[in-house]
Amino acid sequence: MALSDQEILSGLGDIIEEIAGVPAADVTPEKSFVDDLDIDSLSMVEIAVAAQDQFGVEIPDDELKNLKTVKDVVVYVQGKGVSA
Amino acid sequence: MTSFQLRTGSPGTRILAFGHYQPSNVVTNDDLAKNVETNDAWIQSRVGIKQRRLAGPDETVVDMAVQAGGKALANSGLSPADIDLVVVATCTQEATIPNASAQVADRLGIVAPGAYDVNAACAGFCYALSNTSDAIRAGSARNVLVVGSEKLSQWVDWTDRSTCIIFADGAGAAVLGPSEETSIGPVVWGSAGDMADKIRVKDRNSFLFQEGQSVFRWTTSQLHAVAKEACERAGITPSDLSAFVPHQANLRIIEAIARKLKAENAVVADDIVEAGNTSAASIPLALSRMIERGDVPSGTPALLIGFGAGMTYAAQVVEIP
Repeated sequence: MALSDQEILSGLGDIIEEIAGVPAADVTPEKSFVDDLDIDSLSMVEIAVAAQDQFGVEIPDDELKNLKTVKDVVVYVQGKGVSA
Repeated sequence: MTSFQLRTGSPGTRILAFGHYQPSNVVTNDDLAKNVETNDAWIQSRVGIKQRRLAGPDETVVDMAVQAGGKALANSGLSPADIDLVVVATCTQEATIPNASAQVADRLGIVAPGAYDVNAACAGFCYALSNTSDAIRAGSARNVLVVGSEKLSQWVDWTDRSTCIIFADGAGAAVLGPSEETSIGPVVWGSAGDMADKIRVKDRNSFLFQEGQSVFRWTTSQLHAVAKEACERAGITPSDLSAFVPHQANLRIIEAIARKLKAENAVVADDIVEAGNTSAASIPLALSRMIERGDVPSGTPALLIGFGAGMTYAAQVVEIP
């Protein structure tokens, strides 16, 4: 069963809180990783790896660099997700 | 079918002592920023290094190995005559022929021991530790000097800010001997040769190259499982560890693996902050300094995990001498 955007956002919030120490409640769709959440490219790799474990969606490095906001990641995961 | 005689070894092995050596030349991030476009805040944030040591122009891998090995030997209470095998883990010798270990043995007054070098890059010390522990158990050797010694500075392009901020020089060593108990746990080792191009020196006229992002991804996603397996093989859990000493590759990598390992009672080695990334030297150097400072109690378990170019990795639990 496909995950809803809200479920992906919530999961992502927990991942970001664990990896970058940003409170999950602050992880909202319009936020930019670099400018708003102070998350650099190394943390983005960790987030991508954790997202792969959680959502089953791989985010390779060449795609990761194009994901600038939280919403970009939610849309990417939603787009690649498998529905039953 | 012939069956040859076997030598009698020992049921187990232990590390008697560590020793280390760092070159005297301290190079800070501000020093590097004079020559390449970088700054202290960026380096500390991305890699965690504040300063590193670089060997003198005439100071060799063998020179540093002799210093570290000599200290380990002195700390062990053994004499050179007690050592019958010397192994140096290194991938940065000035030239590959002759090996480092025979010279190290000669200069330390160790007469005619077995002597070979191990090249498994930053996993080299853990590989060598495993081999030599097994040699003692099998009766091939009695007391062994194992050294990790590297002079990365002679392979680095000092105008390349992606590598010159990371790599450094130094040596660490351990003396091993037989024991009735198993104080060096079984190794978990492996490799990922499909990633051989991620950290490499192309040829004799080239510099060290690293594809940082790929290495970061591989280390932070694959290695915590290896670390846990090494604990399991030793019959302990991560919670039992008093120290976690990963290869000092990058502080962000160390923190990521430590976070996933969840060794909540362990001091996590962060020697890279002052020593830089010294490849095969980094684990024995870090642990030797931790022991010297009294950071970790004698007789308690430490998890070592080396990983790097190859890609190669090896991990084992050891009892702190």
